[in-house]
Amino acid sequence: MSSWAGTFAVVSKDVRSEWRTRYAVNSLLMFVVTAVSIILFALRSADPASDLLAGMLWVVIFFTAMSGMSRVFVSEEERGTTLTLQLVATPTVVYFGKLLFNSVLILFLSLIISLMFQLLFQEFSIKSYAVYVISLMLGSLGFSAASTIIAAIIAKTRSRGTLYAVLLFPLLIIPLMAGMSSTIKALEGSPFGEALPDFQVLAAYLMVMVAGSSLLFDYVWKE
Amino acid sequence: MKHFELIVQDLGKHFNRRSIFRGLTFSLALGDSLAITGKNGSGKSTLSRILAGVLSPSSGFVQYSSEGSAIQEERMKDAVGFVSPYLNLYDEFTATENLFLLSMIRTNQNSLETRVDDVLRRVGLWERRNDQVGIYSSGMKQRLKYAFALLHTPPMLILDEPTSNLDNDGVKLVKDIVRAQKKIGILVIATNDSREVRWCEKKIVLNVGL
Repeated sequence: MSSWAGTFAVVSKDVRSEWRTRYAVNSLLMFVVTAVSIILFALRSADPASDLLAGMLWVVIFFTAMSGMSRVFVSEEERGTTLTLQLVATPTVVYFGKLLFNSVLILFLSLIISLMFQLLFQEFSIKSYAVYVISLMLGSLGFSAASTIIAAIIAKTRSRGTLYAVLLFPLLIIPLMAGMSSTIKALEGSPFGEALPDFQVLAAYLMVMVAGSSLLFDYVWKE
Repeated sequence: MKHFELIVQDLGKHFNRRSIFRGLTFSLALGDSLAITGKNGSGKSTLSRILAGVLSPSSGFVQYSSEGSAIQEERMKDAVGFVSPYLNLYDEFTATENLFLLSMIRTNQNSLETRVDDVLRRVGLWERRNDQVGIYSSGMKQRLKYAFALLHTPPMLILDEPTSNLDNDGVKLVKDIVRAQKKIGILVIATNDSREVRWCEKKIVLNVGL
């Protein structure tokens, strides 16, 4: 019980810190607005098909994750507060706290991206909301799980930016492909059963990623 | 924690292929005080971090026990207070917020408001408790580190360069803290300052260095 209390306290600290500084949220929102605007300008004279728009949606979510999810650990290293966290919390508490924070962040940003696509692209018409919501949630949570452990690994290195992208990209291919596939089905109005294999892939990926990361995190966190 | 004890057995640490120290064996009980001294680069801070439980040794072990039973890692957080130049608190929060938030992460919320007030008064930061730590001087930040270390009344207090950035009043504060800790718990100081070494009854000299 006390582990969960500590975990939620880590999330609370990060949320308050982000609210006070607005460092990650402002830059990520700016990235989202810029990326979606560029896509809009590029496609304005075309009639983009639903699979193209689904791909564009996930490209924006993908690069949003690449841009901002590493901050949960990199900011602790840059501010010299990693040692402070190590003194007050077990590795499990830290890992799940950071994972929860990243999950909330990516879900919020995915929702914003999704709303922008719906507003700006007439062709982005969701015919099966249940499939779409589950696809967005599972895909985003999968991104969060992979991003969090990779962020912990690269936080103490020198070439963080390059290393983060290099290590993260191969891990995100599976949720990216499954997320795009199920989103296309949502836009085309396919029945739930057709999207089920994609959901199974996303759910399995999420479980494996979280389980594996929580076991490995002890060795990553403590020198 | 009653009958708190620290046992260090054949402790060693190396980074890459360079041995920092090896073969350290000692034990400390309530009332003991130990100074870790040595040349620059001899591993004083490294040893203090291993004793604080935030760095793993390369060989040997460190064991904390209370009433004869080994303390589990979860409870370790309540057993150790640590002050170090490498420790930082959150600049965007006030002193009070820092202490509250970190205590909540430690899940130690018994009489928290009273304890926070008491410890801030003790380190002389009561008047500035609602200022963001980012605008504190280095001496004030050092005092806040003491507040953070003492908040949960740890049986073991580890001080790495205890009087760095402190004025005369700050040094007097540290001496009071040292005196109090020696009565109720275990004190470990990592330092090159001969005056600070004399605060402790026992001494370890780390030999390698630069």
